[in-house]
Amino acid sequence: MTDILLEVKNLKKHFVQNKGFLKGKKSVVKAVDGVDFFIYKGETLGIVGESGCGKSTTGKMIMQLLEPTEGEVFFEGANIVEMPPNDIRHLRKEFQMIFQDPYASLNPGMKVREILREPFIIHGYNKKDIDTKVTELLKVVGLNIYHADRYPHEFSGGQRQRIGIARALALNPKLIVADEPVSALDVSIQSQILNLMKDLQKSFNLTYLFIAHDLSVVEHISDRIAVMYLGNIVELADKQSLYKEPLHPYTQALLSAIPVPNPKVKKERIILKGDIPSPADPPKGCVFHTRCPLVMESCKTIKPQLKEVESNHFVACHLYNK
Amino acid sequence: MVSKLLEVTDLETHFISDDATVKAVDNVSFYINNAETLGIVGESGCGKSVTSLSIMRLLKNTPGKIVGGEITFLDQNLLNLSEKEMRAVRGNQIAMIFQEPMTSLNPVYKIGRQIEEGIRLHLKLDKAAAKARALEMLELVGIPRAKDILNEYPYQLSGGMRQRVMIAMAMSCVPKLLIADEPTTALDVTIQAQILDLMRDLRKNSDTSILMITHDLGVVAEMCDRVIVMYAGQIVEEASVLELFENPQHPYTKGLINSIPKLGNYTERLDSIPGNVPTPENMPTGCRFAPRCSFVMKQCLSEAPMLKGVQENHSCRCWLSEVEKND
Repeated sequence: MTDILLEVKNLKKHFVQNKGFLKGKKSVVKAVDGVDFFIYKGETLGIVGESGCGKSTTGKMIMQLLEPTEGEVFFEGANIVEMPPNDIRHLRKEFQMIFQDPYASLNPGMKVREILREPFIIHGYNKKDIDTKVTELLKVVGLNIYHADRYPHEFSGGQRQRIGIARALALNPKLIVADEPVSALDVSIQSQILNLMKDLQKSFNLTYLFIAHDLSVVEHISDRIAVMYLGNIVELADKQSLYKEPLHPYTQALLSAIPVPNPKVKKERIILKGDIPSPADPPKGCVFHTRCPLVMESCKTIKPQLKEVESNHFVACHLYNK
Repeated sequence: MVSKLLEVTDLETHFISDDATVKAVDNVSFYINNAETLGIVGESGCGKSVTSLSIMRLLKNTPGKIVGGEITFLDQNLLNLSEKEMRAVRGNQIAMIFQEPMTSLNPVYKIGRQIEEGIRLHLKLDKAAAKARALEMLELVGIPRAKDILNEYPYQLSGGMRQRVMIAMAMSCVPKLLIADEPTTALDVTIQAQILDLMRDLRKNSDTSILMITHDLGVVAEMCDRVIVMYAGQIVEEASVLELFENPQHPYTKGLINSIPKLGNYTERLDSIPGNVPTPENMPTGCRFAPRCSFVMKQCLSEAPMLKGVQENHSCRCWLSEVEKND
C-alpha cells in the first residue's frame, strides 16, 4: 500500500470584501469552498480548471501562504494548519513551490548564485557546503556553473523557470506545488520543462501537485486529476478514466473544448453557454447548473457531494445519484 | 475563380535603434485568397505580430520601420498610401482584433460609442442608424442584453464578452480582411470554444478572409485553410493545413507538432526542441534554426537556405528537403 503524503480535508477560503463605504456591507468571495483530496507519495496530482476556480488558492493554502478559513491540511499525518509558525518554518523545507511567472518570481537584484544560496542560509547550512550544492543544483536543472554569476534578466523564460525549479529543489523537498509552471512559456520550451520535471521526479522521488488550466499538459504529467469549478472539485479520477470516460458535464465540455492539433479530427463539441458566475455570488445548489446542458430541477437547490461512483472515480453530480 | 485579396511581397520590417538593427520580419512573402483563412504560427519573437502590424501600417510610434517590399491589397500597394488614405482602409476594408480585449477597448467610453465611431466614419451613417447597426452587430456576435451593453463600459464585461465586442466592432463595416492576432489566447478554454465557434459562423455567412495569428497549433488545425510557419523573422514552411500536419517538412515544424502533449496519448516523454530562439544579436549566419536542429549538416552552418517548393502548394526553407529532391 502506498503512503499518503498530503491530505486536505474540507478546505475553504473565503475572502471578505467591504462593499459600500458607509453602510459597511460585506460580500464574501468563496474562492475555495470545501475541497477534499489526498496525494500519494511519489505521484503527481493535477488540478485543472479555468480562471477563478480556486486552483491557485488551494495551492497557496497548502503552502501556508494563505490561511484557510476552514479545514485541515495534513502533511505526513500532521495538521499543518494548527502548527505554531516556528514549526512550520522548519517543515517548509519539505514542501516547496514553483510559480507561474518566471519573470516575477525571481528577485531581479540578486544573482542566480545568491538566489540559490538563500534557502541554505535560512536553514543554517555550512558555508562550504553551500557552494557545492549550488553547483550541483544548476547541473541538475540543465544550467551551467557560469550561469551562477548572472542576473535573472540575462536569461530566457525557459532558463528562468529552470532557476525557479532549482530553488524549489534546493532543500530536497518531498512535495512540490507547481502553479502553472509552463503556461508562460513557448511550446518548444514548455516540453523541455515538462520533461525536466518528470526526470527530477524520478531521480529525487518527488511528489507533485501540478496546477494548470491546460488539460493536455495536466494529463501528460499527472497520475490523477482533480477538476475544479467555482471553488469546488467536480470530478477526481486517474487520468485514463478521466479522459476516456469523463462523468461530470463540466469535464465533458472542458475536454471537448480543447482544439485538437489534427485537422482531420472533427470533434463533437459541447459549447457551454455564458460565462463563469462570479464567486462572490455563486449559484445555489450545484455551482455548475447555470451552464450545464443536462440541468435538472434538483440541481438548482441541492448541492451535490463528491462521491465515488466507480472505483477511484469521484464525481459531484446529481446525474450519478441513485 | 479564386483571386488574391492580399499579396505581401518581400516584406522587410526592421527595428532600428542607435546600436543595432533587428530584422523582425525578413523577406516575407505570402498571399491570402478571397474567403480564405490563413494561419501564421510561431513562437514569441518570430515576427508574426510585426507582420500583421506592418500590413495595417501600425508601426508609426515604434522604432519599427518597413524598409522594403510591397503589400498589395485590392490592386493597390498599401505602402504607397498616404496616412489619410490608409485611415480609410483601416477598420473599413481591413479590420483587426487583438489578443487582450481589455487593453484594446478604451476604458472611459461606453461600448456603444466605441462601436459607432467606426460605423459613422466609414459607412457615413447618422447617429441613429449607427446605433442601430451597433446593436445589430452585438446581437450577431451573441451578446445577451445587447441594448443595455451599448451603455456599459468595458470593465463591466467579462473577457469573453469583451472579445465579442471587439469582433462586433471589427465586423461592423464588413471588412474584406480580418486580422486576428491571438484572439483567444487570453481566454479560458470553454470561452475560447465559444469565440472560435463565433468566428467560424461569421466566416460562413460572409466572404471575409481571415489572417489568424497564433502560437496554438490546435487553433490552426481547426480554423485555417493554409498555414505559414515562422521562425526568427522568416517563413520556414508554407502548406495547406492538412498537408502541414500530415507531411511536415521543416525540422522546426516537426518539432513544434511533436512537442505539444496530445490528449489521450500517453507518452512518457515529449519531444522537445533543445535550446532557445536565437537573440537578434546572435543570429546564426547559415540557417537560423541550425543551432537547435537535430538534422543539422555542415552546409546549414554556413549557407542560409531559401524558401523553395517541395510540392505543389508546399514550400520549405531547409537544405534537407533540397537534398531529398536531388536524390
